[in-house]
Amino acid sequence: MIIAADPERDFQAANHLTVAPVVTLSHVAKTYRAGSENVPALRDVSLSIRSRTFSVIVGPSGSGKTTLLNLIGCIDTPTVGTVAIRGQDVALLNDNALSEFRAQRVGFIFQNFSLIPVLSAWENIEYPLMLLGMPAAERRERTTRMLEAVGLTDKRGHRPNQLSGGQKQRVAIARALVKGPDFVLADEPTANLDSRTGADIISLMRRMQEEHSTTFIFSTHDDHLMAHADETFSICDGQVVDHVTRGGSC
Amino acid sequence: MLTLIIALRNIYRNSRRSLTTLSTIALGAAAVTLFGAFITYIEYGVETGAVQETGHLQVFRKGYFDFGSAAPAAWGMNNYQAILTLIRQDPEMKSLTAVVTPVQSLNGIVGNAENNTSKTFFGTGFVPSERDRMKLWDEYGTGSQGLQNSGLSDSDLSGGISGIGLVRILGFCAQMKLNDCPAAPTVTDSGKDATPPPSVNLAELSGRDRDANSVTQSVAPTVDLLAATADGAPNVVGLQIRGVELQPAKELDDNYVGMNLGLAQNLIYGRGERKATGIIVQLKRTEDLQRARARLSHLFKEHGLDLEMRDFTQLNPQYTQIVNLFGTLFSFVSLLIVIVVVFTVSNAMSMSVVERTGEIGTMRAMGVLRRGIRRQFLVEGSLIGLLGATSGVALAYIAAYCVNHSLLTWTPPGRGAPVPLILYMSGAYGLIVITWTGLLVISSLASMLPANRAGRMTVVDALRHV
Repeated sequence: MIIAADPERDFQAANHLTVAPVVTLSHVAKTYRAGSENVPALRDVSLSIRSRTFSVIVGPSGSGKTTLLNLIGCIDTPTVGTVAIRGQDVALLNDNALSEFRAQRVGFIFQNFSLIPVLSAWENIEYPLMLLGMPAAERRERTTRMLEAVGLTDKRGHRPNQLSGGQKQRVAIARALVKGPDFVLADEPTANLDSRTGADIISLMRRMQEEHSTTFIFSTHDDHLMAHADETFSICDGQVVDHVTRGGSC
Repeated sequence: MLTLIIALRNIYRNSRRSLTTLSTIALGAAAVTLFGAFITYIEYGVETGAVQETGHLQVFRKGYFDFGSAAPAAWGMNNYQAILTLIRQDPEMKSLTAVVTPVQSLNGIVGNAENNTSKTFFGTGFVPSERDRMKLWDEYGTGSQGLQNSGLSDSDLSGGISGIGLVRILGFCAQMKLNDCPAAPTVTDSGKDATPPPSVNLAELSGRDRDANSVTQSVAPTVDLLAATADGAPNVVGLQIRGVELQPAKELDDNYVGMNLGLAQNLIYGRGERKATGIIVQLKRTEDLQRARARLSHLFKEHGLDLEMRDFTQLNPQYTQIVNLFGTLFSFVSLLIVIVVVFTVSNAMSMSVVERTGEIGTMRAMGVLRRGIRRQFLVEGSLIGLLGATSGVALAYIAAYCVNHSLLTWTPPGRGAPVPLILYMSGAYGLIVITWTGLLVISSLASMLPANRAGRMTVVDALRHV
């Protein structure tokens, strides 16, 4: 059973838990099997990401950024260690419960947009709400608002193949935010965009994050994106090597 | 609803592949439906032919069916008129029956004195008007009616019909002006000398018989029929061949003689008691067969009659053989089509799963359950099956309409004359429903494996797929 968005939870987050961590990783390691060898992707990572922040994970290719985002997004499980979302240890959830958890609490923005090709911009944004079983009237209202927010009202009937890269990513942002998730994960969201469009998308995400009081967690190489970050986690060879918050280093 | 929309749009999106898969299913559905309609027509046609010839049921003295054909005269029912009356006047049987009529089977030798040819024959004595009425039975509207009017009358005992083969053997082809009926080659003197003289002088015997019956001279060829009476004495009658009926098997065509029941009784029983070897019961509808059989059993038991009954499937073993043969063919063709459909649908859905791996990853990341992914592909496979099966049935109806209006004819097994070729769609409703449902289920089952594979994918692997 998918639980609908909880206004009380949002209220508490807004008034009392603004600095409480939304994501906590404790001594997390992830090892992949490559043939007969174990390849470590993350080693002993412990970090907390505060609610309502614009957090960035940076690091070279192969450093473990995507693995870290996958663990935070509950689409992968750690080999050792604990991943907790708002205090909930996700290892205790089975596959169906994790799916429902993601449906309610996590928004995803992918590097290659990953819109459903047979659905229009409107339908792509509405889709997560349908998964939550939201009534049609509320879905319509939220989807309309989101389309307006990302400036694509006139493209509502367009399929992904009729949209530019920037427009697709706007739809993806709207889709990630429409259900009011605890946090939004974005894996190199500007990597497939030209610099100007990328900058627009970053501005849009920053604006949306502030307007919706949501937590954004990115992985990126993009200097523009890092400049907007409230906190930055630098990762190298599967380990967090640096943590900088706006106004100082941890 | 969203699942259905996504499924429909994906079918449309991959239009070429969907069309190929859909066409395969449609052609399969059309083939099965048309073949089924054809087989239904065959079954009805063979049944119609059998019922026209032998009725639905025949009543005999107990043991006749198994042992009586060698000496039909010895197995005659001496009270057959009373049995006829009993059946005809029973209120329940009256409502069920179309024709109730006696028949007399007989064997003997038929000779043409002028050509000095003779041959054994298998004969049937019948009431001409009632036999003609039997030939009108066509419950299924197959249009397959035999010689509707034999040209014989109930009051004229001298006329009869024969198989074309027998006419040919006796040398009457030219006289009867028959097509495809060659005259016999000239026999050399040495051959003539080698032929032993007939043990019975048929010409002499038949001449006596004709004089006795005062048969008028006619252009129809006259033959002499010799048979042993019920007492074992030889007896001869003359018969004018007024018409021919092509019989379904050459053996029968070369031996068949049909005649008025009275003439057959004259030949077999002479001046003794008239009997009949069987009573034919032709029903209005085949579905009443069991009811009629039960009622007759009851009547015979009630009146202490030691009789047996055989239905048309027992009297015409080729009926069951033909039905079984076509049933086996149908099963084989259906199995091939099922295999083709399974592989086509399974292949199409597998390709779809591979192509949409990234999409599967996205949907799973967004919170769609494994069973939701599985359902998505199952619905797509089922939809293709549904569209294909529906198109196939529609295609079959169009093809059947064209065939049924093309005035094609053919000679079905067990029949002597060509009949219109009809694809009997109205008789195959059950088959159409089974085919349609079956292909839908098969398409769904064929989608199950790819759908399960899609459902089992891990989110990370699916998202990583390029």
